[in-house]
Amino acid sequence: MTSLAPGRALRAAEPSAPPTRGPRRRRASSRRSLLGLAMASPALLLISVFFLIPVVLTFWMSLHNWPLLGNPRFIGLDNYTRALGDDNFRSALKFTLIYTVVITPVLLVLGLFLALLVRRPVRGARFFQSVYFMPVCIGLASGSFLWLYLGQSQIGPLFDLLRRVGLVNSSSNLFAGGSTALGLVIAMVTWKVVGLQMLLLLSGLQSIPDEVVEASRIDGAGLWQRFLHITLPLLRPTLALVLVFSVAGSLLAFDQFFIMTGGGPSNSTITAVYQIYRISFNGFRLGYGAALSVLLMIILAAVSAVQMLLLRNTDHN
Amino acid sequence: MSSMIGDVRATVPRAAWWVICIALTVMFLYPIYVMLAMAFKGPAEAGLIPPTLFPNDLSLANFRRLGSVQGLNVFGNVLNSVWVTLGATVGTVVLSTLAGYAFARARFPGSGILFFLALATFMIPFQAVITPLFKVMQVLHLNNSLLGLAIVYITFNLPFGLFIMRNSFAALPASLEEAALVDGCGILGAIRSVLLPVVMPGVITTALLTFFATWNEFFAALILITDQDKFTLPVTLTLVSSGQFGTVNWGSLQAGVALTIVPCIIVYVLLQRYYVSGMLSGALK
Repeated sequence: MTSLAPGRALRAAEPSAPPTRGPRRRRASSRRSLLGLAMASPALLLISVFFLIPVVLTFWMSLHNWPLLGNPRFIGLDNYTRALGDDNFRSALKFTLIYTVVITPVLLVLGLFLALLVRRPVRGARFFQSVYFMPVCIGLASGSFLWLYLGQSQIGPLFDLLRRVGLVNSSSNLFAGGSTALGLVIAMVTWKVVGLQMLLLLSGLQSIPDEVVEASRIDGAGLWQRFLHITLPLLRPTLALVLVFSVAGSLLAFDQFFIMTGGGPSNSTITAVYQIYRISFNGFRLGYGAALSVLLMIILAAVSAVQMLLLRNTDHN
Repeated sequence: MSSMIGDVRATVPRAAWWVICIALTVMFLYPIYVMLAMAFKGPAEAGLIPPTLFPNDLSLANFRRLGSVQGLNVFGNVLNSVWVTLGATVGTVVLSTLAGYAFARARFPGSGILFFLALATFMIPFQAVITPLFKVMQVLHLNNSLLGLAIVYITFNLPFGLFIMRNSFAALPASLEEAALVDGCGILGAIRSVLLPVVMPGVITTALLTFFATWNEFFAALILITDQDKFTLPVTLTLVSSGQFGTVNWGSLQAGVALTIVPCIIVYVLLQRYYVSGMLSGALK
C-alpha cells in the first residue's frame, strides 16, 4: 500500500538517472534538480493533501454550517460569535488551562530533579536513566488504560495501596471526584513523560562548561548558590524548550481524559480537544468544530509566541 | 573529574543516592509489573478484593477471554495495528529518505521554501485539523480504511523524518557520492549502495520514532476508523474497558494493555540508543 507513492517516484526518476553520459554540466545539473523534484514530490504531495489542505479547509469550514451529510451553508462568522458565548467550550478551555498550569511545574521540577540525580559518572546512572525514560515509549492511550485499572475502586492495586496507607477509605471512588480524577491523570502523565523532560534537561546540564561552575566554586559560592545563580540561568534555554513541550502537550490533551475519566465526573474534565471531538464527531457539527479548532490554533500560536520570546531572550548568553 | 559532580558526590552520600535511585526505579516499574501480573492471573484471582501482589498461578485465561469480548476479534485488531504500523513506518522511511536526499543534495527551484513549509507543519498540531481531515478522507474514500489511516500516519511523521534524513545526507561529504558516480552507479544506485549504509542511523531513528508514534496513536484512529474489525489495538481497548453487560473484565483489559505495551518495551530495550538520540536531535533542533 505504501509502496505506491515511492514507486511512482522511482519510475519518474529513472530516465534521468545516468548523469555520467551528459557532457555538458548545465544539462547534468538541470537533470539533477529534476530528479530532486521527483524524489521530493511524493512526500510533498502527502503533506499537501493530508495536512496543508485540511489546514486551509479548517478556516473555510469554520465559516459554514457544515453537517456530516447534506449541504454546507455559508454563515460567515456566526460560528465564532457563537463560540464566544459557548459556556461548554469556555469551561473546557478553563479546565485545559488549569490542567496545564498544574502539570507543567510538576513535570519541570521532577524532570530537573531526575536529571540532576542521574547526572553521575557512575555505571548505575545510565541504567537508571534508561529505566526512568522507559515509559516514554509507551503510548498515552495504553498508559491511560493501565492507570484506569491501577486507580480503580477496590480492585485497583494503587487504590489498595492508598487505602492501606489510609489516604482513601475502601468505599471511595477516585474517579468520582473531580480533583482526585485529575490527580490520577496527572500522576499517569508524569510517570509517562517525565523521562523525556529528564533527558532534555540532562543534555542541557551536560552542555554547561565545567570551568564556569568551577570558577564560582573557587569564588566561594555554596552548592545552592551555584545551582541558583549559575546552573539555573545557563539552563534557561533548555528549560524554556521543556516548557514549550509540556505546555503544548497539555493544551492538546485528549487521550488521558477520554479514557480515564470520560470527561467526568459531570463533564468537569473535558479538555478543549475533547470538546472539539464531541462537537464534530458526536454532534456532527463539523463547521462549528472547525471554528473551535481555529480558536484553539490561535491560542496555541499565542502561547508558543510568548514562549519563543522567552527562548530568544535567553539564547544569547 | 568535574567539580560539580564532585560536589554532588560530597553532598549526597553514595548510599543515599543508590537508595533514592532504586526507590524511583521501583516506582517507575511498578505499573508495568502490575499490568503483567494482572494479565497473567487466573479469572478468579483477577477479581479478588484486595488485589494480590503476586499471581498465585500463571494463566493465559485473560488473553483467551480477550478474544471473545463483545464479539470482537481482538487478534485481528492486533494484526490491523501491525499492518498499519509496518506500512506507515516503511512508507515514512522511504519517502523521507528520497525527499531528504533531494533537499540536501539534489536541490531544485523552490526546494528551500518547500522544505521549510514541510517542517512548519510541525507547528500546527494535527488535533486542530482533524475535522477537515475527516472530510478529506471521506472525499477520497479513504475514511474507515486502514490504508487511509497508514497514509495519514505517514503524513504526520514526514516532517520529522524529512528533518532527520535531510540532515543525515547533508552531513556526508560530497566526495563520497561523486566517487560512487564515477564508479558507474546511477544516482539512485549510489544512494542505495553507498549513501544508504552511511545514513543508516538516521533511517533507524526515523523508523523507530514512526513505529512508536503509529503503534500508540489513538486520536486519529478513534475518529477515522468506524468499523470494529478495522480498529487498531489502542482503540479496541476502549471496547474492552467499556465492558460487557456493565462489568469490565479488568484481567482481559490488562492483557490487551500488555499486548500494546510489551512490543514497545522490547523495541525500546533493543534500540534505545537510536531512539534517545533521535528524541534529542529532534527536540534540540
